Amino acid sequence: METVATTTIITDMFAYEFMNNAFAAAGIVAVVSGIVGYFLVMRGQTFAGHALSHIGFAGATGAGLIGLAPLWGLLGFTLAAGIVMGALSDRISNRDIAIGVVLSLALGFGLLFLHYYTSFATQATALLFGNVLAVDRTMIATLAALSIVTLLALSLIMRPLIFASLQPELAEAKGVPLRFVSTAFLAIVALAVSECAQIVGVLLVFTLMVGPPAAAQRVTTGLWSGLGLSAALALSEAWLGIVIAYHTDWPVSFCIAMLSALGYFAALAASTRHVSRAQRTA
Amino acid sequence: MTAIIELDHATIRIGGRNVLADASFAINAGEFIGVLGPNGAGKTTLMRAILGLLPSSAGTLRVFGRAPQRGDRTIGYLPQVRTVLPDLRVRGLDFIGSSIHGERWGLPKLSHADRAMIEATLEAVGAHELSQRPLSEMSGGERQRLLLAQALIGNPKLLLLDEPLISLDARHQEVAIGVVRKACRERGITVLFSAHELNQLLGTLDRVLYLGNGQAALGTVEQVVTAPVLSALYGTDIQVLRADGHIFVMSRGHDVERDAHMHDHDHGDGGHDHHHH
Repeated sequence: METVATTTIITDMFAYEFMNNAFAAAGIVAVVSGIVGYFLVMRGQTFAGHALSHIGFAGATGAGLIGLAPLWGLLGFTLAAGIVMGALSDRISNRDIAIGVVLSLALGFGLLFLHYYTSFATQATALLFGNVLAVDRTMIATLAALSIVTLLALSLIMRPLIFASLQPELAEAKGVPLRFVSTAFLAIVALAVSECAQIVGVLLVFTLMVGPPAAAQRVTTGLWSGLGLSAALALSEAWLGIVIAYHTDWPVSFCIAMLSALGYFAALAASTRHVSRAQRTA
Repeated sequence: MTAIIELDHATIRIGGRNVLADASFAINAGEFIGVLGPNGAGKTTLMRAILGLLPSSAGTLRVFGRAPQRGDRTIGYLPQVRTVLPDLRVRGLDFIGSSIHGERWGLPKLSHADRAMIEATLEAVGAHELSQRPLSEMSGGERQRLLLAQALIGNPKLLLLDEPLISLDARHQEVAIGVVRKACRERGITVLFSAHELNQLLGTLDRVLYLGNGQAALGTVEQVVTAPVLSALYGTDIQVLRADGHIFVMSRGHDVERDAHMHDHDHGDGGHDHHHH
């Protein structure tokens, strides 16, 4: 009896097209976020990723002003910002204050654009906190195409990116073009952030881009195992978040944010216990 | 003898300051050179110039008989300014692995041969256990040994080791010096080894390169480590005391090398806060 009940609970959801679309879109985006986010965490640039999403908000609302789809405004602004941050890398990308100033300015502009395009205001919540249940087939196709571009670009620069992240002084001496690599990487982050914002909103991109990779790095130290675990965590948190939202009527983004935080703190607790045990035996 | 590094009236400027002014000297193949001098004397800058990361402003600097080339694979480098991300949980094997052909585009790959080479080199510096340990759990000394192993990988002809003894305890300092000496003697590798303490290197180095005040003095310990030469380089009155096989470089009653060394240890754990310019 119990298995039958569980099966109906699951199959029930797939009776709705919007649920199928939500699972597909969230799945695609979660994997990309988990993988790109892994490098964001490795490079200690999570704040830069956060700033990019806020800048994207201004782009999305600005796009509404001139009659474009928000995704294209988001993409345009985050890409431009990512490239500028990369080009100024030494001066800005790791400076919390400069980034903080720029991101508040961007949010301010987002508000200004909303102010002049009032009919767009209903979409503001969707932009800020995401609305994965409203994703349609066209959006899924767009997200899939963007994901392929993102992952291809990442795989092209992955080797020097890791070298430059771990040992910039040596990488420079060995001929890695540091500035190009960091600019290309921030452009890739901009793509991932734009996709991620479609699912969980610009304010919550951390839930998929930072939570899962940070948790993965707590429990595994290998590169490929870390990347795989990060993607798997992001995927399961996104999907499980949708399932919980379906059954509780809570917002999907809240459920994903909660799972992301739970995953991170669980990993933190597990690795801390592991370390203290190792120290005791050492 | 063939000169591996040759400076001919070379001037190296950085930030509007002459780190080396009109310096001329030549380092020969297979020599173990101790690079010494006060903080900020340009030890790091000289190495970066040899790596082709800085243009020489005047005169010529030749490495392997030609202008320095960035990305020269025959140079092994252990940088002093080491960016260690605070919470980096990458294991030693992958950390070193990142440097093996790390300049190539595409996905990272580590062949079985690469792995074996990394493990063998770690073994040689007495750091075999570090290959599986995450970087965030290593002490400063363990990271240092990891970096030394990395510099030795890939059959370098020239080793530039920038303060490789920092944050190592006495026993591991001996191991580190021994490993480099062995590489130098058996494989004929030319070594530039910068340090704050001359005494540890006395039994190993062939010649000493003292930097200071924009000048350079290269020669045997007897030629260079003397009161007149060092007074000029330090820009202050220096006395050199020899006792019991040790050499003490003193300024107004203070041991300048020891002071510098202590000073460096204050920064030991936060090495990434150092500025090399």
